Amino acid sequence: MSDRRLIEGRGLGAVRGERVLFRDVSISAVAGELILLRGANGSGKTTLLRQLAGLSEPQAGDVKRISAHHWIGHTNGLKAHETPRTHLQHWARVWGSDAEVGAVLERLGMTRPANVPCRMLSAGQKRRTALARLLLQPRDLWLLDEPFNALDTEGQSKLAEMIESHRAEGGAVIAALHGAAPVKASREVEL
Amino acid sequence: MTASPLFSAFRSSLSEAWASGAGLLLPLGFFAGTAALVPFTLGSDAELLSRVGPGILWLALALSSMVTLERVFQADLQDGALDLWLQDTGSISLVAAIKTLTHWLVSGFPLVLLTPLIGFMLGVSPDKMVPAMLSYALGGLVFFLWGGVAAALSASVARAGLLIALIALPLYVPALIFGVQVVDAGLESPSFLFLCACTLFALGVAPAAMGAALRLAAE
Repeated sequence: MSDRRLIEGRGLGAVRGERVLFRDVSISAVAGELILLRGANGSGKTTLLRQLAGLSEPQAGDVKRISAHHWIGHTNGLKAHETPRTHLQHWARVWGSDAEVGAVLERLGMTRPANVPCRMLSAGQKRRTALARLLLQPRDLWLLDEPFNALDTEGQSKLAEMIESHRAEGGAVIAALHGAAPVKASREVEL
Repeated sequence: MTASPLFSAFRSSLSEAWASGAGLLLPLGFFAGTAALVPFTLGSDAELLSRVGPGILWLALALSSMVTLERVFQADLQDGALDLWLQDTGSISLVAAIKTLTHWLVSGFPLVLLTPLIGFMLGVSPDKMVPAMLSYALGGLVFFLWGGVAAALSASVARAGLLIALIALPLYVPALIFGVQVVDAGLESPSFLFLCACTLFALGVAPAAMGAALRLAAE
């Protein structure tokens, strides 16, 4: 693990109505790290991740994004009429990536349903399709919200393998999880 | 921002509209249905119909533009695609503008093409048809752009149809006023220039407003 810093959030805070979700949370990730955000439902894991991703303005503190990141939220970002293949082709075009979509689908075990409209896929297959976006373009930091949700055992091992290989290549992952983690974290942040 | 993400946004909006199937025909049916009801309410006096016809068509156009606006951004917010657009493109405003323009192309432009038929039914004189079609094209674009702002502002609200109407209708007024005058006074009239100005203003301001509203909706 090198000490190359990829993201740095300092003194972050969030309030919902009159309820303080979290306050004064500082979190930073260096290359090779896997940081798990832990906490009960409604403790603010997703909010913190969204603040790190720049999707929500922090109500306190600031975030310094040093490297490019991928975002996988708890919704998959899929359109009902898209197939896994057309979805990935679309985002590859948007990002100007020349990744081989067929190979990406194969790595996630999605070759067979590659041409099936997303409205007909199972929750696990939809999740795999969303996770496949991580492989379309190399980015140092992955911000993942409950990434193992809906995945079967095989899907979980594939994702765990992807995370390990991303870390080995010098990337880092910050993931919100509330269940058991099939991967070994560098550290956990409790909210 | 390069052209590639914008072209991809256009393609994706087009295929989404295509996938909605009969949904595409809703504004067209609403427009034709509203205009077709007019002779039943005003009677068959040809002179009266030809006098109020262009105004009725404008009203039908304004209302039809709102029929499908609710889902333009709401679906993106619900399925998480909005997060991806916010994350991965330089400008959500441009993407929002492309999505709205695509929406106008598939749902608004066909209304312009239907104008001669409905106009003929309402007794609009043939020499007014070209100014009418051109003004409907520009006015429709203005309606869809301001409607897009309203749709973006209410993206996180369930059953937002009424809210969209409340926000968008006041913004439609200038284009509506000048547009109706263009049909009567022709393309050489100052009203046409004012209608063009309304269109340019909407093109310049609405995308930024949509972008800001979508950022707020994603919070």
